[in-house]
Amino acid sequence: MRKKILAAVMTGMMLFSLAACGSSNEETTAATTAEAQGDSTEAEGDTTEATQAAGDLSGSISLSGSTSMEVVVTALQEAFMEANPDVTVNAEYVGSGAGIEAVTAGTVDIGNSSRALTDEEKSAGVVENIIAIDGIAIVTDPSNEVSSLTQDQLVSIYTGEITNWSEVGGSDSPIVVIGREAGSGTRGAFEEILGIEDQCAYSSELDSTGGVMARVAATPGAIGYVSLDVVDDTVKPLQLDGVDATEENIKAGTYVLSRPFVMATKGEISEQSELVQAWFDYIASPEGQDIITGAGLILPD
Amino acid sequence: MKQSFSIVGSSKAKSLTEKIASRIFLVCGVFAILAVVVITAYMIIQGTPALGKVGIGEVLLGTSWAPTADSPSFGILYIILTSIIGTALALLIGVPIGLFTAIFLSEVAPARVTKIVKPVIELLAGIPSVVYGLVGLLVLNPLMYKLELAVFKGSTTHQWTGGANLLCAVLVLAIMILPTVINISESALRAVPRDYRMTSLALGATRIQTIFHVTLPAAKSGIATAVVLGVGRAIGEAMAITMVAGNSVNLPLPFNSVRFLTTAMVSEMSYSSGLHRQVLFTIGLVLFVFIMIINLVLSRIMKKGAQDAGK
Repeated sequence: MRKKILAAVMTGMMLFSLAACGSSNEETTAATTAEAQGDSTEAEGDTTEATQAAGDLSGSISLSGSTSMEVVVTALQEAFMEANPDVTVNAEYVGSGAGIEAVTAGTVDIGNSSRALTDEEKSAGVVENIIAIDGIAIVTDPSNEVSSLTQDQLVSIYTGEITNWSEVGGSDSPIVVIGREAGSGTRGAFEEILGIEDQCAYSSELDSTGGVMARVAATPGAIGYVSLDVVDDTVKPLQLDGVDATEENIKAGTYVLSRPFVMATKGEISEQSELVQAWFDYIASPEGQDIITGAGLILPD
Repeated sequence: MKQSFSIVGSSKAKSLTEKIASRIFLVCGVFAILAVVVITAYMIIQGTPALGKVGIGEVLLGTSWAPTADSPSFGILYIILTSIIGTALALLIGVPIGLFTAIFLSEVAPARVTKIVKPVIELLAGIPSVVYGLVGLLVLNPLMYKLELAVFKGSTTHQWTGGANLLCAVLVLAIMILPTVINISESALRAVPRDYRMTSLALGATRIQTIFHVTLPAAKSGIATAVVLGVGRAIGEAMAITMVAGNSVNLPLPFNSVRFLTTAMVSEMSYSSGLHRQVLFTIGLVLFVFIMIINLVLSRIMKKGAQDAGK
């Protein structure tokens, strides 16, 4: 009898551990399957009607581009489709470059890019519509004496060349380098802006912003990066090149660790279809702005 | 009407009941088997394509894990080694403690003590793994960091983990397998016939001699079962160690930040896509194979135990 129970326990355990492996599979690919039914209806006449007539719109909008923008785009997509039940918003996450290529070629309505457009891209007739700004703060544990780092020092710390705070003007204590897991948008932005993609030597790779905050707060000598909006007084934000990580500095362009989230269109927004205009109107509306700040992003001026 | 409920009943009603009952049992049995079959098929379908695309050798023997690089590499050798070595070290610590606790409970301790200790150990088994992780994070990590600072004092090449390292994960795992090891070894020891002990003692052996030379050998298949189940528990654990192991892919040395097979999947599944995601399923497949091997070993041990008992 005992053996039978054991067998049952083993089977149960096996199933359980496997269930843990496969569970998070489906949820992220929500509503991306293309259903290319008829391109967006052409804009005709009065464009100001777009917002008033929001509920009556039908057709589909296609977006393609940055993986970092997936969270905010998915949130906007769901809310927009709820407000306009007859509209289908299709979004693909293939990378900023591919998104801009697609919108330049006219295969999608909007190209998502988590970097500013190059002059070359702009000269191809693509317009840069910044919908949000992503800011990253560098944080340490509250007792750290260092209050400012240069960009070079930050790079050296994250690539493992500097391992002690005394090398950057702090006390003689080791640096514990904390970051996010591969695939995280914050990690992607941090490494991309500093030009250290896949060269980072992390001692801890945590899978959530909250995890990074908690670990940094609790570990003496720790350094980590998080979205600007979550910084609180459990950690100490550092200046970068003498500039505070604040919304104002990011908007002024003096704080380096930030990047624009662009929804590029071919030609100005006013030249787009009624649907695409309604999409941008929605983003500019209070609900849309709430979604953007809710995703931890900064609103552009 | 009342008559049909009597134990006599009609033969028709009885045979109907028999039939229905056996159908219900069959459906339940099939459900369990179906779950195993579906999961096995799913793991193989999801896990094998990446092996073909990246190359089996590249995945299983590669040491570089950079899934989001421009030219990505998907080597999981360090991750596999971490799971094996981490589990082995956890057993090295957990099994002796667990086994001696079991001996204490079944052979040495007065009944009153057993009455208190046993429920406590059972409680240990019921604590959710996230709680183990949290305690590890808040209590063990700072201690480990102090130890790390002492061991690597003045080192400029060591990568500082802040206490989130293999050693910390091993300690958490060792504690987590204790209830499994203790409960099963204890019932194995209790199942050893009283005559064996009596005979040994009557021949002049001391109590400790009796335990190590008579009782333990007689219970060895049960104890082996306990160890194998402990392996299963340790290798499949994700939540607790994801909080204390640091999760960077490194060679499994005591003070390195390491990533286990389970945590490799947990930590990167949420934002992964394409080939990266497929490789994560391949990691799942590797873990699946490990657990299958553990199951086979277990059934072999139990079969052997049954044969020995039958002699």
